[in-house]
Amino acid sequence: MGSSRSSLRRVPDGQQLLQETGFSAAVLLRLHQRFQFLDKDSRGHLRSEDLEAELSENPMGDRIVGAFFQPGQETVDFPSFVRVLAHFRPTEKNRTRGGEQPEPANSRNRKLKFAFQLYDRDRDGKISRTELLQVLREMLGLQVTEEQLQSIAERAIQEADLDRDHAICFDEFRKVGPVRLPEPQHVAVGLLLHQEGMARCSLNIQRKCDLCHFHLWN
Amino acid sequence: MMMRMMILVLLLCCISSAAPEETHDEHGGGHNITGIPIVTFKWHHVKPPYTVALWVLVCFLCKLLIEANHNVTNYIPESALLICFGFILGGMIWGADQVQTFKLTPTTFFFYLLPQIILDTGYSMPNKLFFTNLGAILVHAVIGTCWNAATLGLSLWGCHQAGAMGNIEIGLLQYLLYGSLMAAVDPVAVIAVFEQVHVNEVLFILVFGESLLNDGVTVVLFNVFDAFVSLGGGAIDAKEIVKGIVSFFVVAFGGSLLGTVFGLLVSLLSRCTKNIQIIEPGFIFVLGYLAYLTAEMLSLSSILSIVFCGVCCQKYMNANMDENSIQTVRYAMKVFANGSETIIFVFLGISAIDKTIWVWNTGFILLTLFFILIYRFIGVFILSWILNRTRLVPVTFVEQIIMGYGGLRGAVAYGLAVNLNETNIKEKNLMVCTTLIVVYFTVILQGVTMKPLVQWLNVKRATTTELTLVEKVQNKVFEHMLVGIEDISGQIGDNYWRNKWRNFEEKWMSRVLLKPSARKNQDRLFNVFHQLNLQDAMEYVKEGERRGSLDFIRNESAFVDFKKKLEEDYEEAMPDIMADMADDQNGASVMRRDPVPSISLEMHEQNMRGLREAEVINSHHLLDQHLYKGRKQHRYRFSRSHLDINQDENEVQEIFQRTMRSRLESFKSGKMGVAPPKTITKHTKREPQPKMPNGRNKNYHSGDEDFEFSEGDSASGYDTSFPMRVGYRAGAGIENPAFMPDLDPSSPLHIPPWLADAGLEVNQVAPSERAQMRTPGHLHRLASLRSRARSGETDQDLPPPPHRDDDHL
Repeated sequence: MGSSRSSLRRVPDGQQLLQETGFSAAVLLRLHQRFQFLDKDSRGHLRSEDLEAELSENPMGDRIVGAFFQPGQETVDFPSFVRVLAHFRPTEKNRTRGGEQPEPANSRNRKLKFAFQLYDRDRDGKISRTELLQVLREMLGLQVTEEQLQSIAERAIQEADLDRDHAICFDEFRKVGPVRLPEPQHVAVGLLLHQEGMARCSLNIQRKCDLCHFHLWN
Repeated sequence: MMMRMMILVLLLCCISSAAPEETHDEHGGGHNITGIPIVTFKWHHVKPPYTVALWVLVCFLCKLLIEANHNVTNYIPESALLICFGFILGGMIWGADQVQTFKLTPTTFFFYLLPQIILDTGYSMPNKLFFTNLGAILVHAVIGTCWNAATLGLSLWGCHQAGAMGNIEIGLLQYLLYGSLMAAVDPVAVIAVFEQVHVNEVLFILVFGESLLNDGVTVVLFNVFDAFVSLGGGAIDAKEIVKGIVSFFVVAFGGSLLGTVFGLLVSLLSRCTKNIQIIEPGFIFVLGYLAYLTAEMLSLSSILSIVFCGVCCQKYMNANMDENSIQTVRYAMKVFANGSETIIFVFLGISAIDKTIWVWNTGFILLTLFFILIYRFIGVFILSWILNRTRLVPVTFVEQIIMGYGGLRGAVAYGLAVNLNETNIKEKNLMVCTTLIVVYFTVILQGVTMKPLVQWLNVKRATTTELTLVEKVQNKVFEHMLVGIEDISGQIGDNYWRNKWRNFEEKWMSRVLLKPSARKNQDRLFNVFHQLNLQDAMEYVKEGERRGSLDFIRNESAFVDFKKKLEEDYEEAMPDIMADMADDQNGASVMRRDPVPSISLEMHEQNMRGLREAEVINSHHLLDQHLYKGRKQHRYRFSRSHLDINQDENEVQEIFQRTMRSRLESFKSGKMGVAPPKTITKHTKREPQPKMPNGRNKNYHSGDEDFEFSEGDSASGYDTSFPMRVGYRAGAGIENPAFMPDLDPSSPLHIPPWLADAGLEVNQVAPSERAQMRTPGHLHRLASLRSRARSGETDQDLPPPPHRDDDHL
C-alpha cells in the first residue's frame, strides 16, 4: 500500500479523487495508467475519438462515449474520467463514507441516472418515443423492420409510462424495476441484471482489486 | 396384493372361459387340443410388460391420490408422501406373498428411470444462471463431495476403531467406499423438494447444480474405491492413486464433452427435420438417451453427459423446431421426468419391505446420519466462506444453512449401494439398509421441515417476475454499457467474456446449428415482444370467452389500444365500440380487406402487416384453440404423419346440412318450449353444441367447418369474408337473438340479408311440426350460398356480400 500511495502523487488530484470517488489508491493508479494508454498523444485529456476506438464493436458505443463528456466539451481530463467511472463501483450498503457527500456516484440512483442519460440524448429529462426508437434501432440492427421497431418502442413506453405522457421520465424509469420486483433488494432495474448481479462470482483470486467489481448494481 | 387380486381375477376369467392356454401358448405347456379355442388366456405371454405397465399405473394413481388433496402437499412434499405410499404398497405385497417380489434394481433405475429426469433438468436448465454460477457450483460439487466422502468414511472408521459399532467387518477402504456413495446429493430428491419451496434462483441453482454435477465425482470416487477394495489394501500405491485422480478428470470432462457433442448433433439434426415434423421431437429423446448410454459404455459420467446434451441443444432446438414440436418436447419431457420421479419414490418406499437387507446396527446407522448432516454443514460453511471472499454478492449465512440442509440423499445413493459387490464387502446389507434409512430420513424428515425452515429463516424467495419489454430493453442497454465501460477502463471481466462468447456464437455456432430462417428471428428482445403479444392475445381471447362472445375480437376493440389492463379497459371500451360501429360502417370492410388477424393487439393497422409470419400463425393457432371447435376438424385418414383438415366437399356439405337442421330444430324448440323430437336429439348428441351463455354464439361461432358465416373455414383461419358486424350486448340473455333483431333498437345490428330472410321464414313456420319438413328447403338455399362463399374464399378478394345498412328492423 505504501508504494501505491507514494506513486499516487503522479496522478493529478490524486488525494482529492480518492476522497471523492471512493476508489482505492491501487485502482486509481491503474485507471491512470489506462488513461495514459488511451491518451495516445499524451495531451493530458481524451477526445471522443480515443474512446470510440475502444468501442468500435459496441452498438451503444457512441452513447457511452458521449456520457463521458460534459455537454459542449470536446475533451475529458483524468478527474472527470474517473468521476464517470465511479458510477460503476458497486454500491456499498450501510457504509457511511465520510458523510459529506449526500449521494455518492455509485448509489443506485446515480447509476440509474447515468443509464437514463444514455437514452435521453436531448437531456430534457424524458425518454421520448423517438429516443427509445433510436436505441432500439442501434441494438436490434437490421434484423427487425422499422414497423416492428416502432411497435416495440410503443409497447415499451406504454409499459413504463405511468402518467401517460407518452414518454418515460426518470421516475418512471426508476420504477420499472420495483413495480415488478416487489422486494427492496431486487430493485435493480431488470430481471436479468438482477440475476447476473446476484450470480456474479469470479474464481480467479489474483484479480482481487476493486476494479474487478466494475459492475453495475451489485 | 393388488397384483395378486388382479391375477386371481384373471385366473377366474380364464377358468370360466373353459379353454385356458391351449393351442398357441408355448409357455403353458401342451394340453390336449380339442379344437380351435375362441378365446385363449396367455398370461405368461404378456406378463413382463403387463406387470411393468400395471406398476406404472399404480404409481401414477398414487400421485393422483396425493395431489388430490392440496392441504397435505402444502406441508409435506410430494416425494415424502410417495415414499410413504411405497411403504404401504410394499406392505401389501409382503402381506400377500411373504416375499419381496418387487424392488428398485440398479439397472432399472440407472437405465430406465434416471435418464429422462436428468435430460429434463438439463433441457430446462436456466443456462445463464447456471454458467454464471458455474464456479461456485463446481467448487461445491467437486471439493464438497470429496470432503463429504472422506470425512464420513474416516469418521466412521474412527468410531469403529473406538468400538462404537460393535463387531462388524468393515475396513478403512470399505468405509471410504461407503462414504463416497453416500456423499452425493441426489438431483432427483433435490428437485422434488426445492421445486416446492421456491427459494431464490441463485440458491436453487447452487444446490441443484451441485447435485447434478457431483454425480461425476461420486461415480469416480465410487469406482476408484471399489477398485481399491477389490485390489486390497496392500496393492495400493502412489501410482494407483494418481491414476484414480486422473480418471476423475477423464470421467467428468469426458462425460461433459460427450454430452456436448451429442447436444450439437441434435441441434444439427433439428436443422433439417422440417419434413418430418411429426417425429421431430423424438430426436432429442433418442439422442439424449444415446448420449447417456454411450457415456455409460465408455465408463464416463453418464449423468454429466446427458445434462450437457440437454444444456447445449436447448437453445438451438427451440429456435429450429416448429412451435408445436417445441411444445411437444417440453411436455413429453415433463411427462417422462415427472412420471419416472414418481416411480422412483414409490419404489424407494417399496424397497423397504425386504427382510434380508434389514441388518440393524444402531451405532453405524445413527453415526452415519449424524456425520452426514454435520459434515454437510461444515463443508458448505467452509466452501461458502472461501467463495464469499470473491463473490460480489455473498451467499448469506441463512442461505448457507438451507444449502446444507438441502443435502438430500436419494435413489442414486441407493442404486450404488445395491451395486456393491457382496464378495468384497461383507456388510453390504448393512450398508444398503443404512443408505435406505438415510434416504428416508433426508427425503421425508428434511423434506418436510424444509419449507417451515425456509419460512422461519425468512430466506429470500424467488420472485415471480414477468418480463416486460422495458426491462428487457434496459437489460440489453445495460449489458452493452457494462461491456463498453469495461473496454474503456481496460478491464476484462465477466461481461467481456460473455460478449466474446456471444460474438463467437453468433459468428460460428449459430451459423452451423441454426436454420437460416431461425437465425433471423433469434433476437431476444424481439422474442419477448412476441411472447408478450401472444400473452395478450391469450388474455384477450380468454376475456372474450368469459364474457361469452368473441365478437369484439373481430371489431375495432382490437385496434383500440390494449395497453390498459383488460379488466378496467373493457368496460369503457365497450361503449366506444358501439359508438364506433354506429358511425363507422367502413370498419367492416377494412377488416375484410386486412388479412392479418386483428388479434395482434394494440398496434395499428400498418404495424400489423409488419408482424412476423410466425406470429400470425401462432395467433391463428391460439385462436383456433380457443374458438369453438367445429364438429369435424380432422378427418381420420389413419395416417401417422399427417393430420389433414377435412377437405372432402361432399362430406362437408353433409355435415353442414345436418348441423343446420339440428340447429334450426333446437332453435325452434328452444323458442317454443317444445322438446325436440327424438330424431333430432340424435343429431345433437352426435355433435354436442358448445355451451354458450348466449344463444347468438351458437350460430356464429360454433361451426368451423360447417357454417359459412363462422370464422375459420379454411386453414388460413380468419374468415376475411365475414360480413357480420353484430352489435353485441353482454348478458342480454336472449335465446337466439339473431332471429330477434329487435332486442335493442339503439344498438346497430346488421344481419346479413340471407340470414335475416331465413330467420323470418323460419319464424313463420316455427310453431308447427311441419318445420321439420320445410327446413331442408331453406337449407338448400343456405348451402348454395355457402358454397358460393367457399369458392370465393380461394381468392381472398371476395366481393363483400350484400350489405344492407337499413336491414335491421
